[in-house]
Amino acid sequence: MAVTDRVRQRAPENPPDSKSVKRIALSHKVSRWDVKFSPYLYISPFFLLFAVTGLFPLGYTAWVSLHNWNLIGGQGDFSGLENYAFVLSQPFFWNALGNTFSIFVLSSVPQIILAITIAAVLDANLRAKTFWRMGVLVPFVVAPVAVGLIFNNLFADQFGLINEGLTALGLDPVRWHSDSTVSHVAIATMVNFRWVGYNALIFLAAMQAIPRDVYEAATIDGAGRLRQFFSVTVPMLRPTVIFVVITSTIGGLQIFDEARVFDQYGLGGADRQWQTLTMYIWELGWGQRNFGRASAVAWLLFLLIVLIALLNFFITRRIANQGGRK
Amino acid sequence: MQTRAKFTVLSAGAACLALALTACGSGADGGNADGPTGEEDVTLTVATFNEFGYEELFTEYQELNDNVTIEHKKAATSNEARDNLTTRLAAGSGLSDIEAIEVDWLPELLEFPDQFTDLSDPSVEGRWLDWKTEAATTTDGALIGYGTDSGPEAVCYRADLFEDAGLPTDRDEVAAMLGDTWDSYFDAGRDFVAASDVAWFDSAGATYQGMINQVANAYETEDGTVTAIENQEVKDIYNTVLEVSVEDDLSAHLGQWSEDWTAGFQTDAFATMLCPGWMLGVIEGNAAGVEGWDIANVFPGGGGNWGGSYLTVPVQGENPAEAKKLADWLTAPEQQIKAFNSKGTFPSQTDALETEDLLGATNAFFNDAPTGEILAERAQAVELTPFKGPKYFAINDAMQQALTRVDVDQTDDPASSWEKFITAVNAL
Repeated sequence: MAVTDRVRQRAPENPPDSKSVKRIALSHKVSRWDVKFSPYLYISPFFLLFAVTGLFPLGYTAWVSLHNWNLIGGQGDFSGLENYAFVLSQPFFWNALGNTFSIFVLSSVPQIILAITIAAVLDANLRAKTFWRMGVLVPFVVAPVAVGLIFNNLFADQFGLINEGLTALGLDPVRWHSDSTVSHVAIATMVNFRWVGYNALIFLAAMQAIPRDVYEAATIDGAGRLRQFFSVTVPMLRPTVIFVVITSTIGGLQIFDEARVFDQYGLGGADRQWQTLTMYIWELGWGQRNFGRASAVAWLLFLLIVLIALLNFFITRRIANQGGRK
Repeated sequence: MQTRAKFTVLSAGAACLALALTACGSGADGGNADGPTGEEDVTLTVATFNEFGYEELFTEYQELNDNVTIEHKKAATSNEARDNLTTRLAAGSGLSDIEAIEVDWLPELLEFPDQFTDLSDPSVEGRWLDWKTEAATTTDGALIGYGTDSGPEAVCYRADLFEDAGLPTDRDEVAAMLGDTWDSYFDAGRDFVAASDVAWFDSAGATYQGMINQVANAYETEDGTVTAIENQEVKDIYNTVLEVSVEDDLSAHLGQWSEDWTAGFQTDAFATMLCPGWMLGVIEGNAAGVEGWDIANVFPGGGGNWGGSYLTVPVQGENPAEAKKLADWLTAPEQQIKAFNSKGTFPSQTDALETEDLLGATNAFFNDAPTGEILAERAQAVELTPFKGPKYFAINDAMQQALTRVDVDQTDDPASSWEKFITAVNAL
C-alpha cells in the first residue's frame, strides 16, 4: 500500500497536461491491480494444476460412480446411488474398512514412537553423523514392492525365515497369511520399515531447531537426559508431531503396495484378511471391471479421509491452543 | 517380478483414471487388416508373457522381410499381461501391434470384439484343433486370435519319493497305478501317504483346476446365466477335493504360485502334481538340482487342457495388415514346432501334432521322458471343451479362495467356506 500512497500523493504535483494525467491514471490503476491481484496470479499455477489433476478427476469419479460403467466397455446407464448402496451392503467393504484402520493404527503409532526415539539418538553427539543419518533413510529409497519381496521371504508361512527360526526353537510357527491380525502386523512392519527413517529425519531437523540453552537450563536444574527428552524435546516437537501424524494418516488410509504384494494373488488373502479399501477399489475396478462400483468406493474413501482430516484439524487446534497457554 | 509389474500397471491405471475423459472407452480405427504388406518400412511390437519361444523366430522373420523391425515386450506372467492389456484397452492406446492372450481370460475379451481385428482368413482355416478356434470365435463368426500353444495335462511325479514309499517308479507302471479316474488317483495317494511323510499333491486349488476343466458348463450356461452355486457337479468336486486334501491329508496345503509352493519343490513337500505342457518348464525352474522328476502318460478323469494362448491384433495398432501377416507366420505349424523345441510350448496346430520333430522330443530333466509323444497323446485324450463365459475368471478366483481358506489357511471348514463363496459370487 505504501507504493500506491506515494503515487497518489505525487500525482497532483504534476503539470495539468491531460495526456500525462491519463498516463498517470493508468499506471496508478495498473499498480493497484498489481498489488491486488499479483499474489493470486503467482500462486495460481498450483491451483490450475490442482484443478486439472485433482479436482477434475474427483468430479469425474463422482460422475462415474453414478453409472453402470465397464472398464473397457465404458459408460452405461445412469444408476443413481445404486453403486453406493451395493458396496455399502457388501461385507467385503466393511471388512476392508476395518483392515485399513487396523493396519493404519499398527503402522502409524509404532512408527512415530520409533522415529522420535531414533531421532533423539541421532541428535546425540555421534561420530560419522552424516553416515548414520543417511543410513536411516536407505529403506525409504527402496521401492515398496522390493520391500514386499524381501519381507515375503521372511513372512512365508511354511518356509519363511521367521517361522523356520521359531520351529528351530521348538515354538509354533506364526500363521502370517491366515490370521487376520498377524497379517496386519506383518504388513505394518513393511510400512514401518520404509517410513521410520524418513520421519526420524523430519523429527531430527525439528530437534536441532530447539535452542540449546533450554537444555543447558534443564541440565542446571538437574534434569537427566530422559527427563530432558520428555519435558523439553517432546513438548517442543509438538508442531512437527502434528505434521507427521497428518501425513501418516493420509498415507495410512491409502495403504496399497505393501498389502498387495503380501501374497501372489494381490487380493488380500483368501478370506480377505488384509484387503484394504484401496485394494478393494482395485478388485472392483480391474478384477471385476466394474468402474462404477470402484468409483463409489473411491468416493467413500475420499469422504472418510476428509472426515478424519477434519477431526485431526480440531484435535490439533486444541493441542496447539494448550501449547500456547503453557 | 510379477509384483513390480503390478505396480507399473497400477500407476498406468491411476493415470487412466485421471485422464478418463480423454481416452477411456474410445476405440481407434487403425486401418485395414487386408491391406498391402511388404512395401513400407514398419516397426511391429509384439507383447508376450512367460516363454513363447519366439526369440529366434523374430530374427528369422526380419531376415525374410526386410521392411519389418520387431520389438518384443515380454511380461513375466499371464496375470501381468492381462492387467496390462485391460488397462490399455481401457485407455484406448498403448497396446502392442500383436498382443498375446491366455485362454482363461479370452472370454472377457470376446465381450468386446470391436477392439480386435477380425483375423479370419481362408488360408488359416483348419490350421488348429477345432476347440482352439471355436474358443476365439465370436457369435458373429469373427476370429479374434490365432492359436499358439495348448495345455494338455499329464501327471508329473517324483520317482525317488515313490521308490521310498514302495511304489512303482517306471512311468508306464505309474500310469497304470494312477489309473484314469480321480478315485484311482486319490486311492494311490492314500497308499502313498500311508507309507511316506510327504504329501501326495501340491495344493487343493491346483487339483481342483484339473477337475473343473473337465466340466462342460461349470459356472455359466451358454447364455451367460451364472449357475456356479446351484451346479451340483461343482459342489461335488469342491467337496471331494477338500475331503481328500484335509481329511485324508493328501495335500501339501500350499497355495499355488505362493512363496511356500515354490520353496516346496526344493523341500520334497509333495510327490505328484498335475502338469500341462507349459508346467514342465516351471517345475524344472523351481526344482533345479532336485533329481527324480518324471512324467506319466495318464490323466485322471480322461484328458484335460489347462491354459494355452492366442495372438491377437488390437485395432489400436497402426499396421494391422503387417501385424496380421506376422501373427499368421508365427502361428504356422512349422514355426510352432520351432517354439516347442525352444521352450516346450505344446502346439495347438493339427499339422504340428504329427510331425517327427514333436513326437521325438525328449526332456532330460524328466528322466529323458518322451514329452513330445506323451503330451501329443494327452492332447488327443481331451474330449471336451469347457464353456468359459465372461465371468469365468472372476468366479474361478472366488472358488480358488474358498479352497485356500480350507486347505491352506484352515480358517474355515468346507461348509462355511462354501457360504462365503456364495456371497462372493453374488457380489459379482
